[in-house]
Amino acid sequence: MLELLVSQALNGIQLGVLLFLMAAGLTLVLGIMNVVNLAHGSLYMVGAYLAAQMTAVTGSFLLALPMAVLATLVLGLVLEVATLRTLYQRDHLDQVLLTFGLILFFNEVVRVIWGPTALFVPVPEALDQELEFLDGEIIYPAYRLAIIAVGLAVAAFLFWLIARTRVGMLIRAGAANRDMVAALGVDIVRLNTLVFGLGAGLAGLAGVMAAPILAVESGMGDGILILTFVVIVIGGIGSIRGALVAAVLIGVVDTMGRSLLPMILRELVDRQLASAIGPAVASMLIYILMAVVLTLRPQGLFPARTG
Amino acid sequence: MRATVLAALAIAAVVPLVTAGLGGGEFYLGFATRIVIFAIAATSLNLILGYGGLVSLGHAAFFGLAAYGVGILAAHGVDTAAIQWPVALAACAVFAAVTGLVVLRTSGIYFIMITLAFAQMLYFLFVSLRQYGGDDGLTIATRSRLGPIDLGEPVVLYYLSVLCLVGSLWFCHRLVASRFGMVIRGARTNTRRMAALGFPVFRYQLVAFVLAGVMCGVAGILQANLTQFVSPSYMAWARSGELIVMVVLGGMGTLFGPVLGAAALLILEEVLADWTVHWMLYLGPIIVLIVLFAKRGLIGLFDRRSPPPAGGHHG
Repeated sequence: MLELLVSQALNGIQLGVLLFLMAAGLTLVLGIMNVVNLAHGSLYMVGAYLAAQMTAVTGSFLLALPMAVLATLVLGLVLEVATLRTLYQRDHLDQVLLTFGLILFFNEVVRVIWGPTALFVPVPEALDQELEFLDGEIIYPAYRLAIIAVGLAVAAFLFWLIARTRVGMLIRAGAANRDMVAALGVDIVRLNTLVFGLGAGLAGLAGVMAAPILAVESGMGDGILILTFVVIVIGGIGSIRGALVAAVLIGVVDTMGRSLLPMILRELVDRQLASAIGPAVASMLIYILMAVVLTLRPQGLFPARTG
Repeated sequence: MRATVLAALAIAAVVPLVTAGLGGGEFYLGFATRIVIFAIAATSLNLILGYGGLVSLGHAAFFGLAAYGVGILAAHGVDTAAIQWPVALAACAVFAAVTGLVVLRTSGIYFIMITLAFAQMLYFLFVSLRQYGGDDGLTIATRSRLGPIDLGEPVVLYYLSVLCLVGSLWFCHRLVASRFGMVIRGARTNTRRMAALGFPVFRYQLVAFVLAGVMCGVAGILQANLTQFVSPSYMAWARSGELIVMVVLGGMGTLFGPVLGAAALLILEEVLADWTVHWMLYLGPIIVLIVLFAKRGLIGLFDRRSPPPAGGHHG
């Protein structure tokens, strides 16, 4: 029982860390430019595909990682300058449609380039082992722990960037009141391009690190995009702190809910009924959580916008 | 206006005769029925998106929910429309009311993301219901029994769908022109001003949200009877995106725009798919170009006098 609890909790944190990488960049862009970007999930997918390709070419995942992240970052910058930038002054509907079109395009592009079947990326050799804790009572794959470690390191870096640097100060100010920052002479468009590129790189990083544990396939970014939205809504648009708290919360609640809720229900109600409704309720858990948070705090847990 | 409506009705009426003349008439008639069904769904979305300015990215949820209502009841042996359809529509009304209570408190980006999230919740709910097919979907053994009317006859289902579309358009037309419609349209331009005038905007929007959900449910019921199949993909987020594209492509906030948009998008998809496997490679950029350059939609090509879509979406 303890083993199950701990490993499920770790799985939840690992999902949460990936969600944080996705949400961090997106929430900043939403916060500063008030622009909807559905194509953020496509960057995650592209990151995963590039990781698969470059691992195959170089033979080393660790070599492929920085290359794929950098390439995704550049792609993000190109996307921002070529398409999204033209839409900042237009309404949200246009942004939804444009980025919806981009998703269809990217989902098909990867199918054209890499074929319709899923790709699989081997776990890097150094991390391809199980670690034992508490005298072998808890066994957990090293690679998943590495994901958690990298995610937490990135989180620490982002907190430093946002809280301690001049760029971070501008980002925070931009999220709180964009017009005021622009009036003070800051090139808010360039600042946003920078943040967008950073966000694209982080989404790419999430995709790269997810590649060895998931099937790399077309449309893989769509599901995580929606979870990312839930995270941002709960955490509050524009808040890195909110993104971290909400991401881990969503990751743990979703993972634990799926494994534990059916078990708990079986104790409480009839076995047949439990196995029928358990998975159903578990799959809705995070959305119910979102609804509750919204009812109590419509601006999310850590709202960044003050004005 | 009157002449256009009569012409459109005449075209709709002769479609079965034309498709019967073509080889593979069954296919074309089924395709025409699909266009009509999606025209109903797009019209329902237009009610809140076009007139109300509420960018719902989860509208397909109602489509799938109603289709599942038909499918699940049929799986339990209840196949009379007198029970199936009210239950399916009531499910849509309840889902719309409950989610509407949450989403309508928000606006702008929040509204978009949360409607998407709730639709996805329903999607995953039906994926997890393995007793009803889960991911693979549910085959509906018998179509709804509607008295002496045999829905298994493709022509009958087609005309019933057309009838529903005409009803939806008429309802939409009357609603938009009514006082209720004025409030909804006013709230699109300026929610705060409408509230200052003393209208409980939230309640009006909630009613509109429920009406749109139920109307979309009608389309879902027809679709379940057309394909005799329902799966979670009916309410996938891409479906919701397509519905938005239909509304905008045709001309949002116009009565017949969504009908044109539904026909245009489905025909475009069919033509592209016929031509290449990678049709989405072309559809995506086409959507992007429409957004950038043709915001008034197809209806703008036909009627140059109609006013451009009013700006000032809040958020």
